[in-house]
Amino acid sequence: MAWLGCYLTTPKHMALWESLGTVLLLLAITAPAALLMGFGGASAARSRIPPLRWIGKTYIALVRGVPDIAFFLFFVIALDQGIEYARQLILCPDWHEPVRQGNDFIVCPAAKMPPGTASAFVHAAYSFALAVITFAIVFGAFAANVLYGAMQAVPRAQMETAEAYGMSHRQAYWRVLVPQMWVYALPGLSNLWMVLIKATPLLFLLGVEDIVYWARELGGAKTPMFTSYPHADWRVWYFAGLLIFYLLFTRASELVLDRIMARLTFGQATTAGERQRKGAA
Amino acid sequence: MTCWETFLAYALRSQGIGEHLLPRTDFTICQQVVLIGSGMIWNIYFGAVALFLGFFLATALAVAKGSRHIWLRKPASWFIFVFRGSPLFVQFFFAYFLFLALKNQYPIFSPFSAAWLGALVVLFFNTAGYAGEIFYGALQSIPKGDVEAADAYGMSGWRRFRRVIWPTLLRLAWPAYTNEAIFLFQSTTLVFFSGFPAAGQMGDALYYAKYFADKTFNPFVPYPILAGYFILLTLAITALFGAINTRLNRHLPKDRRPRLRFRPQLLR
Repeated sequence: MAWLGCYLTTPKHMALWESLGTVLLLLAITAPAALLMGFGGASAARSRIPPLRWIGKTYIALVRGVPDIAFFLFFVIALDQGIEYARQLILCPDWHEPVRQGNDFIVCPAAKMPPGTASAFVHAAYSFALAVITFAIVFGAFAANVLYGAMQAVPRAQMETAEAYGMSHRQAYWRVLVPQMWVYALPGLSNLWMVLIKATPLLFLLGVEDIVYWARELGGAKTPMFTSYPHADWRVWYFAGLLIFYLLFTRASELVLDRIMARLTFGQATTAGERQRKGAA
Repeated sequence: MTCWETFLAYALRSQGIGEHLLPRTDFTICQQVVLIGSGMIWNIYFGAVALFLGFFLATALAVAKGSRHIWLRKPASWFIFVFRGSPLFVQFFFAYFLFLALKNQYPIFSPFSAAWLGALVVLFFNTAGYAGEIFYGALQSIPKGDVEAADAYGMSGWRRFRRVIWPTLLRLAWPAYTNEAIFLFQSTTLVFFSGFPAAGQMGDALYYAKYFADKTFNPFVPYPILAGYFILLTLAITALFGAINTRLNRHLPKDRRPRLRFRPQLLR
């Protein structure tokens, strides 16, 4: 037992725990960002100003229509190259060599992103930021779709009542529609949250040294030559641990989301709300 | 090399038939289309076989989860939870290393550490888990009247299941199941990343797409080709499942038949 405790706290394992933190950090940043993007997208799609509405609807349709990890691979490269190209246009206006030289993508040295002189931490942070942006945009579109549906699902009578009370369009939106839509949005959003949790191992594909990477590294067979903790191929145990981590995480989320749902349902004009009302009486 | 010659040389490359050497310079669009299409054979194989086998296990799981016996209900619920609650990606890795470890003990497991069988087993269990939940949901929403009518006719047990419950279950579950099928085919691309080795470079569609993207440093050609193939595949599945849907609902008036609606999902 003491041996195991010592084994699990080697510097390499500390990197594993850190990457576990990376995953949680990614979730903590992406979830609100995606929700915000989604809220913006859904509001834009409902807007009375045509161009804004078109942008919102296009955003939802575009990202939803291309469902694949191919999208993830493609998007990160495109984003990376796009940033470098934009920096080149700003930073070195005199640079006139074509960006695509045969098979290579070349920008002027000053426009390299991250700069060639930067530390390893900056490189890691940059690829992490790219991943966060990708996740936020993709999941934002999904959230936008859910929220748009939820806004439509709020009973029409509620909005009409708000108008009858003389509320302006904006007031009715913020005071009546937005507080009520969450109960309709939550099933979709919680489903999205589960998908987001399960999407985190894809960080590995985006080049971040995440838990999948470390589980593979640390589990591999070790010989006394390279480490003071030689062991055989333990990758199966590491991945079993990973599997259990995700299962526990999913289960905990389910329980929390159920409670939030119960809270949100309180006093709503839905079947579940009605049942709650009768149960209390 | 004309495009037809390229087709003859590379169309079955992913099966180990034809030219083995991949093109190294002067990549043409034709080569990319043919080779990525050749890889698609594997994606279709994984998807079709897993879906077919998974269908039966999913039905069994749904019935077991809805059963009154705790010894049937608990294992089925756990199976569904494990495969729906964890990322497919991690399942692939776990299964691969599990099979590797088992292979050392029992040589019978050696084919399982190759993609054609090992990845197939994971996809099979995974789709069974997802479809099992869909079927379970449908089983719960079978109209009470249907079952009561079956009881009134004196049907019970297997006969009632075969004649009344199962057809209704399929009818109710079919739109969701169509989405699951489309989604399963899309997640076959994950096999490429999962560590399961493709024997003798006989990789799937993403393997070739990545090859071209790496060699040309231009992701804007191979990945759209790959996406195009998947859109075609999705259309084919929708057509096939739509035909089955029409057949399942042929006794209903036209305006009451449920329509298939493609709801894309992202990842699993």
